[in-house]
Amino acid sequence: MNHSLYRKLDWMLIFCYLILVIFGWMNVYASVSGEESRIFDFSTKYGMHLIWIASAFIIATLILFAIPPKLYTVFAWWFYVIVVLMLFAVIFVGVEVNGSKSWFALGPLRLQPAEFSKIATSVALAVLMGKYGYKFNHFPDAINALTVIGLPMLLIVMEKETGSALVYLGFLFVMYREGMSGWVLIYGLMSILLFIITLIFSPFIAVLTSIGILTILIGAQSRQFFKYLMIGIAVIIVLGLLPEFLDIKAIAAINPLDANSWIVILTAPVALFLLIRSMYKRNKIMRKYMLAFLCGICIIFSVDFVFDNILQDHQRARIETLFGMKEDLMGVGYNVHQSLIAIGSGGFGGKGFLNGTQTRFDFVPEQSTDFIFCTIGEEWGFLGTMSVIIIYLIMLVRILNSAEKQKDAYIRIYGYCVASCLFMHVFINIGMTIGLMPVIGIPLPFLSYGGSSLWAFTILLFIYIRLDLERWR
Amino acid sequence: MAVFLEKKNILITGIAVAFLVIVIRLFNVQIIDKSYRINADNNALKYETRYPARGLILDRNGDIIVGNKITYDIMVTPVEVEAFDTLQFCKILSIDTSFVKEKFRDYKLYRRKVGFQTLTFLKQVSNEQYNMFIEQLYKFPGFSAIPRLARTYPFNAGGNLLGYVSEVDANYLKRNPSYKMGDYAGKTGMEEAYEELLKGEKGYTIYLRDAHNRIKEHYEQGQYDKTAVKGADVVTTIDAHLQAYGETLMKNKVGSLVAIEPSTGEILTMVSSPGINVNQLAEINKHYKDIVADPYKPMFNRVVMSPQPPGSVFKLVNGLIGLQENVVTVDTKYPCHRGYTVGNLTVGCHNHPSPLNFYQSIMMSCNAYYCYLFRSIMDNPKYSNIREAFLKWSEYVKSLGFGTKLGSDIPSEQAGQMPTVEKYDRLHGKGRWRSLSIISLSIGQGEIGCTPLHLANFAATLANRGYYYTPHLQKDTQDTPIEDKYKARHYTMIDTANFSKVVEGMYLAVNGGPGATARSAALEGIEVCGKTGTAQNPHGDDHSVFICFAPKDNPKIAVVAYIENGGFGATWAVPIASLLVEKYLKDSIAPERAWMEQRVLEGNLLNKVKIKR
Repeated sequence: MNHSLYRKLDWMLIFCYLILVIFGWMNVYASVSGEESRIFDFSTKYGMHLIWIASAFIIATLILFAIPPKLYTVFAWWFYVIVVLMLFAVIFVGVEVNGSKSWFALGPLRLQPAEFSKIATSVALAVLMGKYGYKFNHFPDAINALTVIGLPMLLIVMEKETGSALVYLGFLFVMYREGMSGWVLIYGLMSILLFIITLIFSPFIAVLTSIGILTILIGAQSRQFFKYLMIGIAVIIVLGLLPEFLDIKAIAAINPLDANSWIVILTAPVALFLLIRSMYKRNKIMRKYMLAFLCGICIIFSVDFVFDNILQDHQRARIETLFGMKEDLMGVGYNVHQSLIAIGSGGFGGKGFLNGTQTRFDFVPEQSTDFIFCTIGEEWGFLGTMSVIIIYLIMLVRILNSAEKQKDAYIRIYGYCVASCLFMHVFINIGMTIGLMPVIGIPLPFLSYGGSSLWAFTILLFIYIRLDLERWR
Repeated sequence: MAVFLEKKNILITGIAVAFLVIVIRLFNVQIIDKSYRINADNNALKYETRYPARGLILDRNGDIIVGNKITYDIMVTPVEVEAFDTLQFCKILSIDTSFVKEKFRDYKLYRRKVGFQTLTFLKQVSNEQYNMFIEQLYKFPGFSAIPRLARTYPFNAGGNLLGYVSEVDANYLKRNPSYKMGDYAGKTGMEEAYEELLKGEKGYTIYLRDAHNRIKEHYEQGQYDKTAVKGADVVTTIDAHLQAYGETLMKNKVGSLVAIEPSTGEILTMVSSPGINVNQLAEINKHYKDIVADPYKPMFNRVVMSPQPPGSVFKLVNGLIGLQENVVTVDTKYPCHRGYTVGNLTVGCHNHPSPLNFYQSIMMSCNAYYCYLFRSIMDNPKYSNIREAFLKWSEYVKSLGFGTKLGSDIPSEQAGQMPTVEKYDRLHGKGRWRSLSIISLSIGQGEIGCTPLHLANFAATLANRGYYYTPHLQKDTQDTPIEDKYKARHYTMIDTANFSKVVEGMYLAVNGGPGATARSAALEGIEVCGKTGTAQNPHGDDHSVFICFAPKDNPKIAVVAYIENGGFGATWAVPIASLLVEKYLKDSIAPERAWMEQRVLEGNLLNKVKIKR
């Protein structure tokens, strides 16, 4: 191999990686150490983590210098099949940890295939979509890609690791980059928004919100922005007065339905009429948005059903806690409450290394794994949390930038996969510790305690760093 | 190419926005909002709970029935425990090593929940054990002992009535979220009914912890500490001496003995026999299994939970209704030749002169008389059919409190059973039942069941000649006033004049000379009024029932004795009830009645009771 090639190694990424891993070990040490602690005591978590880190370094070195990058493309599908089989097998032979069956136990070692499935899925997806002539807009091609993502995701859901499965939604960003319409993402976000509004307020408010958003969108795409805006405002005001109107005694006495039902009865036929008319008149914009509106209504009125019947109890409880619908500081809300106290009490500069009272007294459960961000927040303060976020941001931007420069499409796609996985993990994990997300137990990349997670992210990242060299050939 | 670049930039913008949301939130949580810091301090503070003394329970004369004494709880902070000499530890506290193993297995299992908490390891250790333990405490790091108040019972009386206190369990916590693990609460009887008053208010002492979890000092010189507030004393309407006497009379009998002060509705004595021995109450956990396993069910408060047929006592009810409905007067006479016969139906009666008038019918408890009377009520031409007559009759009966929950402050009060039109429709076919079909109601048999409390309340109603106060156990005091519902008179649907006529009959039943059924209840110088009952029991010997009150004018006490499997009313219920009356009104038993007391104290009916397993 050409030695000069290695001068082109992305040292910035490696440097960020090292900082995070070392910082992670310090925080694992802080959150589990007692009074007399010896760094090389391998019976402790920080001792074990040291072993994980050392082995991760070895793996990283092997990937960079020993394993030929051709291997990934050649064996991509083998890796993928093996991982899928492992995901399937773990459902039957795995050990149960915290209610989910997602771990293999090999003597003292425990392995979570879901962590590694992201690597195999990324490589397989990159090979699939990077093939010459692949077009996402071509329907069978899109289905292939969705299947590659969906299969492991489904198996992980069956392992009751819903959190890890959510990370797979990040691959939508990759597809967006490779030709999927941005509207899919926008509609996805809007559905989530409607779900939340319906849950916190009412279906009534959610319908009004969607009318508002749609008039703005329709207006923006037509030449008569103000006309549509005025119509929208008028409709919202009239419908907004509906509850007041229904409150009038004489009407309340004979009215069998509530405002939530009335607003559907009033708006759905109008939307349906406009939809049919737009088809007739071949007005594409109107057709799209009226369809969206009708879908929105379906979503809004399925919220209760989804929430009560499809979600499991603990998921429901976590969502209720997140939106403050239920205050339960001793139960479901305990983790997040304690986590917020720990992070909040760090203030600007933090309490100093090993001086955190919250994290050291075990107020926060899982603090060396999923809640490691608490220790950072408490002992290193706002400065510490900021630094960590900036390091992640640097890594993400760097990966996306270099991905765009790739000559090989499959390396670019792989780069996007790496960035998506990282982003999903970082956002969900930190969001969870500060009460922006429901409690979803996934690790913080490079920082959390745990061999599977550290190894998986190391492999994921270093394969990209190695592949990135290929563009200098 | 330009389009692709644009997509990358959109994604980077998206990432930036998402991270910005996180940064804003972090800025808010870490820098602007100070409340998290205060909460963190609270986490670093150690609150040590100060338990209040539970309120005392006094009797109506101010004697303490339930007091407090000090015992010790052994506490443990699992994370601080190091290896210790388990054998010595177990020896001092006289426990099994398996108990210790089990406890620590649980602590390990739930270590996340336990955290740094201090938990109760062993409850109610005696003084000697405590002293030995304290001496050796340095050998057992992580353990400590705290004084706890336990209950004492100066009178050997009132086990069921008073109830017990025990540590709250998971179920209780679910229903009463204001309690915490390790708290105690009243679980039965008065301890349960007056938990709110008795429990007092917990306090705490705050200590500061450093980063190594060591207790540093009193937080802010203790100015934020909260002292425990002692629970309020509750005065009961019970007369402790009378209660104790009642329990000795009821020893080795199964049944109830209840005494009420008619002018107030205050319960003077309430015995459910066999009951729980008060010595077991304080350490209920140790004895709980035995108590539950006892075939005579000592936990079962028969006074309010065991509806039974009232027997001939119920003739008074029909008599009152008959008078009120004008189907009978005091001069109405009916014949009786050892029973009442229509067609092939015969209600038997004992040997007595015939015919009898109304007074005599009560005095001699004639079955035939009440068959006639009951049929006149049911076949009263005033009503278009028996259904209507029956409904009217039911209304009268309910106005006397039967078939309803009286609303006393005794936990688990039952309403008893009342026959209904629907039930007879089902039994005999709709519209196909006649007065004869339900004739057993005339003598208090059949589809009616009333608790001893109903009967006691009825005795008080008779004493008051037409009204009652809801029976209750809490005495009205300035500090702990009773609810208004206990101060209201409940009038029945029957006139006072008619009550006086029935009372006259009851007077004769005790003092009427030959033929009177309750002659042994007569007391020197006190006009006792009463009525016996013998409730038929398909499962064994008949139940012996007696209700009475005394004196006839200005009654001071109304009593019911319901002795299961006691035979005739006069056999056991009459002497037991009348001895209680005598004790209350005269303070001692007259020498010429000493034989009767002797006989009651020695009487043992337990072997007559069929035990359901």
